[in-house]
Amino acid sequence: MRHILSLLLENEAGALSRVAGLFSARGYNIESLTVAPTEDPTLSRMTIVTNGSAEVMEQITKQLNKLVDVVKVFDLNEGRHLERELMLVKIRAENGAREEIKRTADIFRGRIVDVTDKTYTIELTGPRDKLDAFLEALDPLMILETVRTGASGIGRGDWIMRA
Amino acid sequence: MQLSGAEITIRCLEEEGVEYIFGYPGGAVLFIYDALFQQDKVKHILVRHEQAALHAADAYARATGRPGVALVTSGPGVTNAVTGIATAYMDSIPMVVISGQVPTAAIGLDAFQEVDTVGITRPCVKHNFLVKRVEDLAETMKKAFYVATTGRPGPVLVDIPKDISQQVTDFLYPAQIEMRSYNPVVKGHPGLIRQAVQMLLEARRPMVYAGGGVVLGEASELLTRLVRELGVPCTNTLMGLGAYPATDPQFVGMLGMHGTYEANLSMQHCDVLLAVGARFDDRVIGNTRHFFVEGRRIIHIDIDPSSISKRVRVDVPIVGDVREVLQEMLKLVAETPQRLDPVALKQWWHQIGEWRARDCMHYERSDTLIKPQFVVETLYQVTGGDAIITSDVGQHQMWAAQYYKFDKPRRWLNSGGLGTMGFGLPAAMGAQLAFPDQVVACITGEASIQMCIQELSTCKQYHLPVKIINLNNRYLGMVRQWQQILHGNRYSESYMDALPDFVKLAESYGHVGIRVENPADVEGALREAFALKDRVVFLDFMTDPTENVFPMVKAGQGLTEMLLGAEDL
Repeated sequence: MRHILSLLLENEAGALSRVAGLFSARGYNIESLTVAPTEDPTLSRMTIVTNGSAEVMEQITKQLNKLVDVVKVFDLNEGRHLERELMLVKIRAENGAREEIKRTADIFRGRIVDVTDKTYTIELTGPRDKLDAFLEALDPLMILETVRTGASGIGRGDWIMRA
Repeated sequence: MQLSGAEITIRCLEEEGVEYIFGYPGGAVLFIYDALFQQDKVKHILVRHEQAALHAADAYARATGRPGVALVTSGPGVTNAVTGIATAYMDSIPMVVISGQVPTAAIGLDAFQEVDTVGITRPCVKHNFLVKRVEDLAETMKKAFYVATTGRPGPVLVDIPKDISQQVTDFLYPAQIEMRSYNPVVKGHPGLIRQAVQMLLEARRPMVYAGGGVVLGEASELLTRLVRELGVPCTNTLMGLGAYPATDPQFVGMLGMHGTYEANLSMQHCDVLLAVGARFDDRVIGNTRHFFVEGRRIIHIDIDPSSISKRVRVDVPIVGDVREVLQEMLKLVAETPQRLDPVALKQWWHQIGEWRARDCMHYERSDTLIKPQFVVETLYQVTGGDAIITSDVGQHQMWAAQYYKFDKPRRWLNSGGLGTMGFGLPAAMGAQLAFPDQVVACITGEASIQMCIQELSTCKQYHLPVKIINLNNRYLGMVRQWQQILHGNRYSESYMDALPDFVKLAESYGHVGIRVENPADVEGALREAFALKDRVVFLDFMTDPTENVFPMVKAGQGLTEMLLGAEDL
């Protein structure tokens, strides 16, 4: 099953490699991993999308907690949560196709952020499946380049994750 | 007062009460060695290879319970040390490793003797640090000792660039340290402890399985009290030998791949299993699917939450310091008049008695060939069972574990997790330094001993009169045994040709060498060796080359699917 993990960790050199190294050493999957410093510059917030059985997820959580640089680990699947990912797509947009692409982008609440006479670059934010759906709605031959950040997640409501 | 990074490093060791450090100098640590030279509180032991520095520091920690400290230079100094670091990591040994690094300005430029030490060691340390500012050095050292010795212990490495060891700053050693990201649990959950005690008291076929965590957690006495109070059987893992006294009638022997028939069957057929500071690893319980028994309930006490329900799902998980938890359990047992059902317990012991009657430790005695088991048994008698025994890895290690009866913790030092050949001799040095008046013997084989044989020189330099019990069967015995049993007698590269004359080798290092070829001479040779209290004695026993370790559970098999002797092959 797919799980989305939120981590707070010390914003120190090497902390990322400890987490990434743990996943590769123990054979756990990483679907995506995003990390950046928080409002407290000594802390980083990381979101890892992974998958595994309940037993594997228990081990992943325990092993992450064991890393000395990791302050907190929470499996967002345990509660209601939001998940967002940012995608930039460069699309071939010539002559007759331009209008259709613009309309499709609008339907998905995408924004055209860069234009040339042959291309559009579209910015799109949302949960993973929405970004997937947008790409599926396009003619694959038109897609020149995609960049995705991987998911960031946060709990819904009053629940907060602090050090 | 302003001190250099090098001086600060040594002062930190002083503050931590470090008696010995084991190391080898080189370019990146020259300032630290200079600071060592100008003081006399911390004594340095110059080994002949960095691997040995790590093993010696590790064994010092295993024997004393205090953290071992090693000091190596950058590059090859570190890579040589990695085997020793991984050895300590697998067995949860508290250690602080200080490594030199190229100057900060040279990091990343492929400088001479540069390696990414933090990167190379990351998977085999509990934590590591690269010190980038001299102002951070003292606090980092404090953190290193704190992390290494608390929670589930382990090695911590501090990488110090050469310029940092040269720069000066004010020295202030923090008395205490707090880390928001590191807070090991000590106290066990009271509700779960209560549940565990109740479960034990209601058991009809109880079993206690104790591992290295009991030794590391200084909980042998409490464990022994609990086991005796309840009248239940107890087994120890390879790492746990000595946690419960081996000569006690409630001890059913070591369990696992080469465990006793009675220990393995009791593990399988008990109805309540109390696991203390042990981790159900593959060499201990074999195949997990086979190990599973419907209805058997498992209580697991461990300080590391990730050790619980890793290979085997447990019913009562108790995260905490084994000492604290056992203390609480004993208190609860004392408060209740309830004891285990005496009829059921008697029946259980009767069953165990039948298993014991198989006499699985029996071996064919011989008047012409020296049986390795006989050497260990005789060593046990000659040393009164009171020596510190180190071992290397292989058949001799198993025979040592099976036939030397450890009644006390911290007397059996071996590489259980990583299985590092070459551990034995440097480990004996570390133990001998920690306990100069103790008898220290290294049980080894002709293959293992050659992996750190150069340390005979260190033994000479520091007058460490360890006794080497070389069970010389001319084979990589455990490899040969597996090839015989699992690979159709094809002895691929397991014969040791062109062995040195170990007697002459020992003599060339300035030690005493004795070759023993006759079973009748075994005891005399051992007595002669131990009478030479101030000398290293290398006893080269020419043992039966075909002898195998039994009982044996083949890798991947169930714990009770044991080969008990040659007749089962």
